[in-house]
Amino acid sequence: MSSHESHENYYVPAQSKWPIVATIGLLVSFYGVGTWFNDLSAGREGSNGPLIFFAGGLILAWMLFGWFGNVIKESRSGLYSAQMDRSFRWGMSWFIFSEVMFFAAFFGALFYVRTWAGPWLGGEGDKGVANMLWEGFEYSWPLLQNPDSKLFPPPSAVIDPWHLPLVNTILLVSSSVTITFAHHALKKNHRGPLKAWLAATILLALAFLFFQVEEYIEAYTELGLTLGSGIYGATFFMLTGFHGAHVTLGTIILIVMLVRITRGHFSADQHFGFEAAAWYWHFVDVVWLGLFVFVYVL
Amino acid sequence: MSAVIDHGHTDHHHGPAKGLMRWVLTTNHKDIGTMYLWFSFCMFLLGGSMAMVIRAELFQPGLQIVQPEFFNQMTTMHGLIMVFGAVMPAFVGLANWMIPLMIGAPDMALPRMNNFSFWLLPAAFGLLVSTLFMEGGGPNFGWTFYAPLSTTYGPESTTFFIFAVHLMGISSIMGAINVVATILNLRAPGMTLMKMPLFVWTWLITAFLLIAVMPVLAGCVTMMLMDIHFGTSFFNAAGGGDPVLFQHVFWFFGHPEVYIMILPAFGAVSSIIPAFARKPLFGYTSMVYATASIAFLSFIVWAHHMFTVGIPLTGELFFMYATMLIAVPTGVKVFNWASTMWQGSMTFEAPMLFSVAFVILFTIGGFSGLMLAIAPADFQYHDTYFVVAHFHYVLVPGAIFGIFASAYYWLPKWTGHMYDETLGKLHFWMSFIGMNLAFFPMHFVGLAGMPRRIPDYNMMFANFNMVSSIGAFMFGATQLLFLFIVIKCIRGGKPAPAKPWDGAEGLEWTVPSPAPYHTFSTPPEVK
Repeated sequence: MSSHESHENYYVPAQSKWPIVATIGLLVSFYGVGTWFNDLSAGREGSNGPLIFFAGGLILAWMLFGWFGNVIKESRSGLYSAQMDRSFRWGMSWFIFSEVMFFAAFFGALFYVRTWAGPWLGGEGDKGVANMLWEGFEYSWPLLQNPDSKLFPPPSAVIDPWHLPLVNTILLVSSSVTITFAHHALKKNHRGPLKAWLAATILLALAFLFFQVEEYIEAYTELGLTLGSGIYGATFFMLTGFHGAHVTLGTIILIVMLVRITRGHFSADQHFGFEAAAWYWHFVDVVWLGLFVFVYVL
Repeated sequence: MSAVIDHGHTDHHHGPAKGLMRWVLTTNHKDIGTMYLWFSFCMFLLGGSMAMVIRAELFQPGLQIVQPEFFNQMTTMHGLIMVFGAVMPAFVGLANWMIPLMIGAPDMALPRMNNFSFWLLPAAFGLLVSTLFMEGGGPNFGWTFYAPLSTTYGPESTTFFIFAVHLMGISSIMGAINVVATILNLRAPGMTLMKMPLFVWTWLITAFLLIAVMPVLAGCVTMMLMDIHFGTSFFNAAGGGDPVLFQHVFWFFGHPEVYIMILPAFGAVSSIIPAFARKPLFGYTSMVYATASIAFLSFIVWAHHMFTVGIPLTGELFFMYATMLIAVPTGVKVFNWASTMWQGSMTFEAPMLFSVAFVILFTIGGFSGLMLAIAPADFQYHDTYFVVAHFHYVLVPGAIFGIFASAYYWLPKWTGHMYDETLGKLHFWMSFIGMNLAFFPMHFVGLAGMPRRIPDYNMMFANFNMVSSIGAFMFGATQLLFLFIVIKCIRGGKPAPAKPWDGAEGLEWTVPSPAPYHTFSTPPEVK
């Protein structure tokens, strides 16, 4: 290992209430959201699910402020050695890898349906006998006709990749560039350009989210493309929806970074919090590129 | 200088805080390891009681004790609790206790997150077990929760089951990230990767598997959730989806999961056998590569769980041959364990008894696995008790005997006392006889066609089932003896020296027994 010194200073925090608060917050919000969904599906009125969910969310928000507040305070008082910094780096890298695998499940579902399940339902190949379930069903992608179009009303058309999605691609790729400029500014301790580039990144992110909402509205109101419109809608909204949720989270993280920077946090050589946010941002960008190619274009 | 920096807790430096809050708020890897191990044991007894219900119902043909609906909930919950509540947390507990001690680290890399990982588990299993008391009952679709059984036809409580799985997943992923960061970043100077004890190596690879597949499980249950509540058609062919898609996604998680439950046991046994054979481990390097190969292969064999569902011939062949390949690295391991024992000065204390039984019985489970891997033969065995026999042979004398062996091996280090060797041996023999009685006859009834997950069976299976049930009751009751042995060991017994086993090697034996609350605040120098 690199140095004896760093081991001696490895920071082992004292007792903390935040893990148990986080557990309670997660349990309460999950219980609330589960109750809510069940009541919705069963058509029961006056569900207390949303309230419980909201309460859990408040606990989680309190926890996030407290826990991250702790970490920031410790970091700024110099408790973290270079070795600690490496632990954070490993932690963040593997967290992002786990996120990649989460998206891989949905991409896998998309590829499986497009390569195998769909064609089989349409009567192709060895497994084409599946066609006898819905005789006359013809497979195409995008799927504008479902095997059972009464149960799952198909969309009349799908989103044109060369309009909003293309704009969004440009926005998100640009934001990856601006955040890199911000990082370079931070490394040279140019605080002014740092703030400007980071603010630009946040604006690009918000613009992306705005257009994504626009696109969803168009899908639901004009195209009949919904969660319930068969496997095309299911994979479309699952992939773009979880991506959108990640962009939202990433934007919040970037805003927190901007607030911290205006308060004078981070130095030219110690700013892993910022780097982690940038890594996360690049990750959502890369996922988007996958989405643009495999969900919208192809 | 100590690595622990206090925040007004002046007593923290010297030892643990007092009272219940010590456990709730702790950041200490030994406290957290202990909590994981106790939690796992509680779940082992709970999941075990469910197995007792199953075996009581199957004691005789016909319906005696429970209704089929409840029987289904028992098989489902037994599987879920044993896999996610008993076996996995036990290994995480061992990892927490032993990895920092084995690599000379002051604690786990991210101690607060470590505590979070643990506390999510009681929350997850509280939620999961509470579904049994909900209207419509708990999950009743088997631990593999195949769609559409779990989507279109599942009870309302399935929603909470899904969120419980999410909680377990978050816990596992954070736990695994912690293990990886600890191993890669906190090794003592001189502790190179190829000097690490195999338990550390196997856990590094296990942690990688966990981070790779738990998110896929999360994706799988999320698609279920959407199908149930928001009208998507991932697993519904009427909308262009496919129920078989569920099985692909599930088993892409599920097969590596199987290795997640066995690789740490491989590692533990690879420490224990050399200690009691008083010889260094034979073929250390090949053990590392074999573990890595098994982990790699685990990603490309998942559809061997689905031979009868109707996958194309090419798929059947690919998954058949890929599965059979796993026998090669596994064979390397078994060969190495046997070679380690060859001409050793062996003694058979409880950890060694469990380890030797592990090698022999796990191999039986491996061979039945090889039989199941042969696609055309699997058409015959699929969904019979032969499968139940197979996976119980790899999980009970595999994973669980590995955990018992580890517990006996390290109990002196944890408690500072020697456990009662006579009782330990009794525990071993009762478990050994009980589990073989319970699971061996399942091979026969399975080959003769008895289906799994059904509360009733043909008269011709009656005798073997009665033997199975008697063995299961014996195995179950014996675990109360284990509880007694552990409590007795905690409360007293012959004081344990720093290194109670002649042939044991590793940094964990250089610290006193019981291990002080903080160890290796200054890292040791490894030659």
